[in-house]
Amino acid sequence: MASQNFEDIVETPTTDETMVINLGPQHPSTHGVLRVRLVLDGERVVQAEPVIGYLHTGFEKTAETLTYQQCNTITDRLDYLAPMTNNLAYVLAVEKMLDIEVPKRAQYIRVLFSELTRLASHLVWLGTHVMDLGAMSLFFYCMREREIILDLIEAASGVRMNPSYFRVGGLAYDLPDGFHQKVQDFTKDFPRWLKMYRNLVDGNPLINERLQGISMMDRETCYQYGVTGPNLRATGLALDLRKVDPYCHYDEFDFDVPTRTECDAYARFWVRFEEMYESLKIVEQVMEKISPRGEYATQDRKVALPPREEIYGNMEALIHQFKLVTAGFPVPAGEVYQAVEGPRGEMGFYLISDGGPKPYRWRARTPSYYNLQTLPIICQGGLVADVITAIGSIDIMLGDVDK
Amino acid sequence: MSVEMPEVLTRLTEQFGEAVQVVPTVDQPTVTVPVEQLGAVADYVKNTLGYVMFNDVLAADWFPSRPRFELVYQVYHPELNQRMRFKCYVSEDQHVPSMVGLWAGANWPEREAFDLFGIVFDGHPNLTRIYLPDDWEGHPLRKDYPTGGNRID
Repeated sequence: MASQNFEDIVETPTTDETMVINLGPQHPSTHGVLRVRLVLDGERVVQAEPVIGYLHTGFEKTAETLTYQQCNTITDRLDYLAPMTNNLAYVLAVEKMLDIEVPKRAQYIRVLFSELTRLASHLVWLGTHVMDLGAMSLFFYCMREREIILDLIEAASGVRMNPSYFRVGGLAYDLPDGFHQKVQDFTKDFPRWLKMYRNLVDGNPLINERLQGISMMDRETCYQYGVTGPNLRATGLALDLRKVDPYCHYDEFDFDVPTRTECDAYARFWVRFEEMYESLKIVEQVMEKISPRGEYATQDRKVALPPREEIYGNMEALIHQFKLVTAGFPVPAGEVYQAVEGPRGEMGFYLISDGGPKPYRWRARTPSYYNLQTLPIICQGGLVADVITAIGSIDIMLGDVDK
Repeated sequence: MSVEMPEVLTRLTEQFGEAVQVVPTVDQPTVTVPVEQLGAVADYVKNTLGYVMFNDVLAADWFPSRPRFELVYQVYHPELNQRMRFKCYVSEDQHVPSMVGLWAGANWPEREAFDLFGIVFDGHPNLTRIYLPDDWEGHPLRKDYPTGGNRID
């Protein structure tokens, strides 16, 4: 073998035999339990077929047995790297059906945490994607920075991973003492870290050679498959729901939508990287608008729980508390679709209500599910090693795919 | 619901007449079409009205009313930034034309509807279960499928 050059090893023209290889489901580079059934001709991929369902937990069935407020906890577990944007899509959908007004401060705090989760999610993507390509150390740096964001989430919601901080009607609790200072420390430090990441990857031959011209996904494919988010913006289309269909007063913030036109893994890499700067810009702007104390949920007692102090002294409040916790609130019959821009694309919820306190149909439109469908197209004809690049560059999350 | 009908709805009703029924909703234009017209409406929506971006296909079970299933197709117009949905009602033994020829992305969601609801799509390239094992019995998202758990008598 030593005398053969690279081209001879890669191309095996001798036979038309193909080999079937299973990649995963227990494979560190598949980002969870994705199994890809690869049909290989030598080192070339003839066909790559994702086989999913290993993490299927029947969220949609479970949700039909829970009240609207309880369903919120399920949304955390869909895309567990970006739980806040899932929460947001869901609570906005229910609020649209209920037609209730949420205080502006609560909406700003929602924006703040959506952007923080976007940063946390992109950090995990950056670390794991670059680690798949062979660079180990960036992963540790990214995880360290992510931990700071998770600390912020923990300070507000009490838990690191599945916060359920957004509730129908507002937020679960108000911000804790000293929260502003913590976020300011983070926004002061983070540009320095981003600059270091940039120095590590920008112009790095490893990144350039493994990503440029690999796993092409053009705009027509995106339209056909419903691919959204950074994957779509890497084809030159500045479609960002925060801009084109603003929710939670996103139109009051000044930020750009990064796009690239190369359509390859390299373009998707830099679109996500640039998005981190934009998220940071939004975090800085929104912190100026949030007061340390104030309204954090709607005053509508038919939806939001009464404050603790009131429950002990007020009979009405006690009754509302009891009814809301045990029976939930009824939602007018009808259907609604609400989408938000998650880190991976359009995160949407389609809800059908029959007028009762539990959703009749609870449908999560999870972006990774639609993005992953393009894997056979972007892998075809490429090398096996580029399948790993492709999986990392479309940034899938298996909890999101399998629901 | 609103006084002014969105342009997409007027054009659809002009083209298909009585077959297309407008559904009042709070969020986006919605029509109901009979399953026989589904392919023609989808083709018109995509190629003439310009809703080129596929968004989602989903099903809902209205057991015990008839027809039992509701299929909802969500599409998006990227230039105008408009969404619309069209739906159709199908009974348990009725087959539905697959949309994979129009929007390749309908592949997995239709398999999901087959897997979890048991709706059969004609012309689908690979209509097999997607989430559950191939030897699974029943379709879990149907309303008459039990939520499971151990019985305590």
